[in-house]
Amino acid sequence: MCGIVGLFLKDPSLEPQLGAMLTDMLITMTDRGPDSAGIAIYSDESQGKAKLTVQSDTPAEDFSGLDKSLGKVLEGAVKMVVTDTHAVLEMQADQMDTARTYLRSEHPSVRVMSRGESLQIYKEVGLPKDVASRFNVSKMSGSHGIGHTRMATESAVTTMGAHPFNTGMDQCLVHNGSLSNHNSLRRKLRRAGVHIETENDTEVGAAYLTWKMMNGASLGEALESSLQDLDGFFTFVVGTKDGFGVVRDPIACKPAVMAETDQYVAFGSEYRALVNLPSIEDARVWEPEPATVYFWTHQSAPTQEKAA
Amino acid sequence: MQTFDLEAEGLRALNETLHAQADNTNQTKWEIVNPRGSHAIAVGLDAPIEVNVKGSTGYYCAGMNQQATVNVHGSAGPGVAENMMSGTVVIEGDASQYAGATGHGGTLVIKGNASSRCGISMKGIDIVVHGNIGHMSAFMAQSGNLVVCGDAGDALGDSIYEARLFVRGSVKSLGADCIEKEMRPEHLEILTELLERGDCDAKPEEFKRYGSARTLYNFNIDNAY
Repeated sequence: MCGIVGLFLKDPSLEPQLGAMLTDMLITMTDRGPDSAGIAIYSDESQGKAKLTVQSDTPAEDFSGLDKSLGKVLEGAVKMVVTDTHAVLEMQADQMDTARTYLRSEHPSVRVMSRGESLQIYKEVGLPKDVASRFNVSKMSGSHGIGHTRMATESAVTTMGAHPFNTGMDQCLVHNGSLSNHNSLRRKLRRAGVHIETENDTEVGAAYLTWKMMNGASLGEALESSLQDLDGFFTFVVGTKDGFGVVRDPIACKPAVMAETDQYVAFGSEYRALVNLPSIEDARVWEPEPATVYFWTHQSAPTQEKAA
Repeated sequence: MQTFDLEAEGLRALNETLHAQADNTNQTKWEIVNPRGSHAIAVGLDAPIEVNVKGSTGYYCAGMNQQATVNVHGSAGPGVAENMMSGTVVIEGDASQYAGATGHGGTLVIKGNASSRCGISMKGIDIVVHGNIGHMSAFMAQSGNLVVCGDAGDALGDSIYEARLFVRGSVKSLGADCIEKEMRPEHLEILTELLERGDCDAKPEEFKRYGSARTLYNFNIDNAY
């Protein structure tokens, strides 16, 4: 099972409602997977700064004074906004690697959820309605976002096993399905120097895409090669700084429905997730084809590439 | 006509009400409003009633249907008319995967496209699709007819038994042991009646017929117990 929702806004006047619309869609998908939930929100208010979203199971201790100690290491101001178990640390983009190294060595209980100029990921164990309200997701604005509610199959129910997974600067992945060759692929990727945190299958899928893109592939190319190299069932929805994409495995037994109007492109594991969107009754509604990469960006017309 | 607001009254009340209709009910026409993609709408009906669903449905709409006519004025989610026994189900829009799966009888008409695995393991149902069908359709189909006015996806009729497949457009690939067969006068006659029943104006002569080559293991008498 697992439920996925995604919303890509073409009409900027809807941006203040992005969080509320995504929250409503995700809560509708609760019975597809009540184990954990997460949301990735893209909002371009960074003004050249980058955001590191981090999580801690003991936020009171871990986040107290973190902005100051990190600012000292980076020799610059770090702005921190704490929401429940998550904190968003804002810094110069080129300081991000130093910040991650510092956190890993000095604050090992602080885990990185996402990094990017416009991306923030919030995820926790629990029902979508509880996770969304803990992080006040319905008040968030943005240009596009992805939500996931998980029914765990391949690994434990933990925060780190929740989706979305951050695959690189401003990139994220959610998954419905299960990968069968994740153990061998994890070994291969670790030998190639890719950092993989958990025993989760989707994290391997995310790391695979990151690794492909580190070696020069575009996101579209990485998704197409995933059709060859990943064994198992998957419907993936990916987010990038200015776009969002969808790909299903060739068997395509994991459900997917898309809707497009002049105002938005929406994805849902089921049509139920889309019924409250504006003018849904006039939207073009369709099921994405198997083994086909779909992609929308704010900069260009929609693309659809049939994998060879 | 009876109108039922699914959002206000709930799924269980809807299906209980429809199940309570007997063969001789006077309430023969029902309209369901606000379906909003809900699952299991009008499942397990067994009375000669007409149900009009005003919108799109989720999983398993009109499953196990007997006698009733169910019209979906929208698109249908996965497993529409699954294991139908008799009656008629008409989808005005598209149908998601495994439409009409394992159906024993009755007629399923899809006026848009059907997705993958349409008519998988069909056992006597007649399915008429005005548009295209996806991959692995009529997999292990045992009996009945599948009519496709558009194109068929990969692996059509894989491991098929005795069902008849009629396709007007292209077939991307045939599954194991499925072959094109001669269209004889009796097949044209069957197809003419199916197209008429499916409210479809395509000409029977434009179709090709596909069926089992009967070469797989279970067709060899020496493999019988």
